[in-house]
Amino acid sequence: MDFQYTILIPGLMFLSFVYNILWGRTQAPKIAGLIGTTSILIAAILSYYTAYQYFFNVGLVNGTFQAIIPFKMEWLRFNDLLFIDMGVLLDPISIMMLVVVTTISSMVHIYSFGYMHGDDGFPRFYAFLSLFSFSMLGLVIATNIFQMYVFWELVGVSSFLLIGYYYQKPSAVSAAKKAFIVTRFADFGFLVGILLISYITGTFDFGLLNDPNGAAMTQGAGAGFLGLSVMTWALILMFIGGAGKSAMFPLHIWLPDAMEGPTPVSALIHAATMVVAGVYLVARMFPLFHIAAPDAQQVVLAVGGFTSLFAAVIAITQIDIKRVLAFSTLSQLGYMMAALGASGYGAEEGIGYTASMWHLFTHAMFKALLFLGAGSIIHAVHSNNMTDMGGLRKYMPITHLTFLIGTLAIAGIPPFAGFFSKDEILVALHQSSHLWYWVEVVTAGLTAFYMFRLYFNVFWGENRHYHHAPHESGLAMTFPLMFLAFMAIVSGGFFMFDFGQFISANLVPYDIHIHWDVAGFSIAVAVVGISVATVLYMKPSAIPAKLANAFGPLYKATYNKFYFDEIYLFVTHKIVFGLIARPSAWFDRHVVDGLMNALAWITNLASNSIKGVQSGQLQHYAMSFVTGSVALVLFLLYFMTR
Amino acid sequence: MIQGIGLHEILVVSSLMFFLGIYGFFTRKNLITILMSIELILNSVNINFVAFNKYLYPNMMQGHFFSLFVIAIAAAEAAVAIAIIIDLFRNIKTIDVEKVSTMKN
Repeated sequence: MDFQYTILIPGLMFLSFVYNILWGRTQAPKIAGLIGTTSILIAAILSYYTAYQYFFNVGLVNGTFQAIIPFKMEWLRFNDLLFIDMGVLLDPISIMMLVVVTTISSMVHIYSFGYMHGDDGFPRFYAFLSLFSFSMLGLVIATNIFQMYVFWELVGVSSFLLIGYYYQKPSAVSAAKKAFIVTRFADFGFLVGILLISYITGTFDFGLLNDPNGAAMTQGAGAGFLGLSVMTWALILMFIGGAGKSAMFPLHIWLPDAMEGPTPVSALIHAATMVVAGVYLVARMFPLFHIAAPDAQQVVLAVGGFTSLFAAVIAITQIDIKRVLAFSTLSQLGYMMAALGASGYGAEEGIGYTASMWHLFTHAMFKALLFLGAGSIIHAVHSNNMTDMGGLRKYMPITHLTFLIGTLAIAGIPPFAGFFSKDEILVALHQSSHLWYWVEVVTAGLTAFYMFRLYFNVFWGENRHYHHAPHESGLAMTFPLMFLAFMAIVSGGFFMFDFGQFISANLVPYDIHIHWDVAGFSIAVAVVGISVATVLYMKPSAIPAKLANAFGPLYKATYNKFYFDEIYLFVTHKIVFGLIARPSAWFDRHVVDGLMNALAWITNLASNSIKGVQSGQLQHYAMSFVTGSVALVLFLLYFMTR
Repeated sequence: MIQGIGLHEILVVSSLMFFLGIYGFFTRKNLITILMSIELILNSVNINFVAFNKYLYPNMMQGHFFSLFVIAIAAAEAAVAIAIIIDLFRNIKTIDVEKVSTMKN
């Protein structure tokens, strides 16, 4: 099968970016939007076609899905073995990511027609959206770690540009800076990890690195540092990069602030696609994690599991609806990481891998839906705070219905998509680690609770006094909502397909069964969470305020996100700036600069004192000349006559 | 060979001329006078050349030729110097050597 056209998928987005950034301002804003939207729709169609061809026409070879590299060019060669390619790698997870990215991106492009209507920077917005889509598509089809790293930084840049889209707002600018600095800091770990791995194995290529019988699995197994092997350290460092992008604890601080960007951007980048890059990275390197460095995989499990609980707890008390969704994104990303951390390599044990990718898929659908729904609400109410909302179900029927579907999906109620993928994650954790299984079950309950708290607060509760009656958004905004709601229903197991048939750790299809013991329990937990939320928030009541008072300090700590921003500020300002940067700056200013200044001052002084010699008077010069020659003659005479 | 006059007397004359020239060179402010002082110095040297040639190596001609050579060069030098002085006068309306210090800064 010839897949050469796949290069067009990111290629079209790049062309659209170049066109919009150079000529977007010179035409009607609509043209920029149309160009971006058309490109991404074509890219989406190409992705679906690729998926169809790959899974059904090429299908299984010797019982497994083969990786295909339809396009490859050498970019940089270090020596005979070590070189960097730029190419297209097609395998089950990269094709799945192509589908996810192009689908969500198309929906966001369409949605933005309504949401960004009349904005001054309309062409710029579409240019950046195209840049982001290009980078993200380039990232998922990377054939080697270095290509991935290049596009990894590009998505970071486009995320920075889009968070800071409202650059007149100081809060947006500082949020953009924060996101960029935190992820860049994590990417340093990623880069060191890449260098270590390429040093150990002598290759960047995913195919060579991930071959379960390949040399890479045993290289670097020797003793390294602090009792962990070199490969373990390399993978932990790479995971730091992934954790930064996926906003895992303790690098999560940038994601809630990133909500300063326009809501479609939050839906595309900070919920559905870019933030899952970290999960994708771990999934991409999974054989290496699992076989060569089980300790690193344990780190992934612990960080993912802890983040999901931690973020869910914070989400309970937030009042900004986008921040609730941001923390819920963190929590769900934690699920995916934990599933990868708990996964084995094949068949029943490899369920964690399948579950993680499946959850990535379904989460992208329903979380983008929730964010776009939130955007529709914000568009109508002109506020981000749920204290300004209530009773909206009467005004916005479509948004209400689709938002409810998204909420049920994330809460894990069958037959919506989230139920299946979350169930498989819980099964995977149940198999491997009881501690994290219980943590995730509790998190599932919390998820149901805070999502329904959000839902009831916005759509039920008391009717607020609005400046003008909120109204349903136009078709450009409601169509993506309906489409994604449809996806949030059908990407589950009952209706569409069996995910394990396509994606598994060892590329061998696997039949997923629903484990009703685990699933039944998780449904029960979710129902409990929903019931509590219903009692507390469906009708206006005084109980939530009383509970907040009863939990006093705990509530306050949670509301302030456990003071992590403050801790980081303390560390950076007081410790890094105060103890390191300021003394160094003082040393530089006074000692280093002082030395140079002293040298200049001495030179100046010396030349000032002797510059009188150069009087410009001819006769003075002649006098010194004659005096000099007489002195020379006398000197010579004295020595010659001796 | 002049009767009663030895090398010694001639050297005294040339030395006097030489230091007269040096003195003029140092003390005069007028560039023309300074040029004249230089001529005095050159000519004292010429006297030396000729005198040494005549008294010490009568069969040789190098001293004569050297002094002729110096006279020729001196003529050229005087031409150039006077041209410079005239140009200077055209530009700054003076030939006082102490005023000619625009190159100083």
